[in-house]
Amino acid sequence: MKLITAIVRPEKLEAVREGLEAYGVQGLTVSAASGYGRQRGYTEVYRGAEYNVDLLPKIRVEVLATDEQADDILDVIIASSNTGRAGDGKVWTMDVHEAVRVRTGERGVAAI
Amino acid sequence: MELTAGLVWLLVASALVLFMTPGLAFFYGGMTRAKSALNMMMMSFVAIGTVGIMWVLWGASMSTSNEDNFYQIFANPFSHFGLHNFTDPADLLKVGYAATFAIITVALISGAVADRAKFSAWVIFTPIWATLVYAPLAFMVWGGGLFSKDGWFGQTFAPVIDFAGGTVVHINAGVAGLVLVLIIGNRKGFGKDPNHRPHNIPFVMLGAAILWFGWFGFNAGAAATVEQAGLIWINTLAAPAAAMLGWLAVERIRDGHPTSLGAASGVVAGLVAITPACANVSPLGAIALGIVAGIASALAVGLKFKLGYDDSLDVVGVHLVSGVIGTVAIGFLATPAQGAAGLLYGGGATQLVAQVLAALFSVAFTALMTLIIAYPIHKTLGFRISERQEIAGADLSLHAETAYEFGVGGHGGSFQPLHDMITGKFPAEPVDPSRAGATKAQSATGKESVGA
Repeated sequence: MKLITAIVRPEKLEAVREGLEAYGVQGLTVSAASGYGRQRGYTEVYRGAEYNVDLLPKIRVEVLATDEQADDILDVIIASSNTGRAGDGKVWTMDVHEAVRVRTGERGVAAI
Repeated sequence: MELTAGLVWLLVASALVLFMTPGLAFFYGGMTRAKSALNMMMMSFVAIGTVGIMWVLWGASMSTSNEDNFYQIFANPFSHFGLHNFTDPADLLKVGYAATFAIITVALISGAVADRAKFSAWVIFTPIWATLVYAPLAFMVWGGGLFSKDGWFGQTFAPVIDFAGGTVVHINAGVAGLVLVLIIGNRKGFGKDPNHRPHNIPFVMLGAAILWFGWFGFNAGAAATVEQAGLIWINTLAAPAAAMLGWLAVERIRDGHPTSLGAASGVVAGLVAITPACANVSPLGAIALGIVAGIASALAVGLKFKLGYDDSLDVVGVHLVSGVIGTVAIGFLATPAQGAAGLLYGGGATQLVAQVLAALFSVAFTALMTLIIAYPIHKTLGFRISERQEIAGADLSLHAETAYEFGVGGHGGSFQPLHDMITGKFPAEPVDPSRAGATKAQSATGKESVGA
């Protein structure tokens, strides 16, 4: 099993979710994140004073997948969140040792 | 005595002016960071408590027209202590109206020391300041003291024209704010930390709207005639309108974007400038005054970064600067139809000299008195919260509350300090294991509230 974590633009969340649903992903976890990459931050002006804001709002999407599906899901996320500009985010996978569905106690792939 | 329409208007105007202080709480509260928004609003709210009580006990007595006074500086605090001995049936109405002015003047000061003033020190400071600074100045200008027509200054130069409080309210609050900043120091990260930017501009605009609404009572409440009431109302519309456009023009040209905060700030700058002049300038004069005040305050608010004093919400840039402009402008723009004429209306320099000297006196008097009051408080009790409390946020540290509940797991106001810890700008405090049950993030900051 794999855990796929994607950091995407907030406005791309809906596209990513639709793409994953079309692929057949049954569930995902979304959280608000903030950070920066090569695009760095931006500037706001209040009463003439400039404030450099380094941390940009991002969305973190987490999906559990079987080993076979992981690469496909990675491609779905990349295809649905790519704009070609700096700030599109990152996506990565990690090995997962165990997963349990809390309600039924099912383990492993059955819990996904 | 019958309740006449004029007295009913005074009654309504008093309620309008009292409403300005909660309005100011929103204006200021939106301009602070999220983790000290409640503390900012509380400093305004609690002024209604401390100054409201003080005014009933001895403040009204000290500032009321009275033969029994101390060198025309303040009246006997005990002659009407607790509002006894009043003879005119309308006296209590006038006291109530005056109380609302004292309250908001004190509340205005708090914007200078956002995020870092110790609440207990503020609660002690406010009634003392209102007693030793506000009440005397109100007596000198409005109560028959030094600057009035019978006072030494009024006899020697000319009676000062300050209809609703350019010297008494705005110069006074602006100077007091500056002195407090110089005593208690700047916020951590002043001028560098991007988290100092305002957290809720809609609150600021709501506050500006409430202030403007209430200001019609503030300026027109004491109107004596229909003509005067109409003139004041129009001037209270025209000056802030012009000042808003002036401020926005500066931003558009200098920074590229006209901002919402600039519009709200411009309105307040215009209201401040027209306050002393509202009954003595023509509507065209009010527009000119508003434009000048809006532009001047927009340019002045940036000076604090160059000069290095953290007047957090620009009490100096808005209230002192526009307060001086409004007070001095009377010397140029006062129309003969309303009394003394200004320089531009052929009245000579007499009134201008009186206005400038009164403004200078207010600055010096308030600076000295505020120093005398605030410095001992800072040296004994401490006027400033600790660095750890400042990092945790004044809301959590001083009030055990957070303004917002929008984080995962109820981080609320600790959302911001959490970011500070992630970015490594401020070291995380050690977690107290006795606070088990809270989330990690909460106990790291929550510990502060217990010891505070």
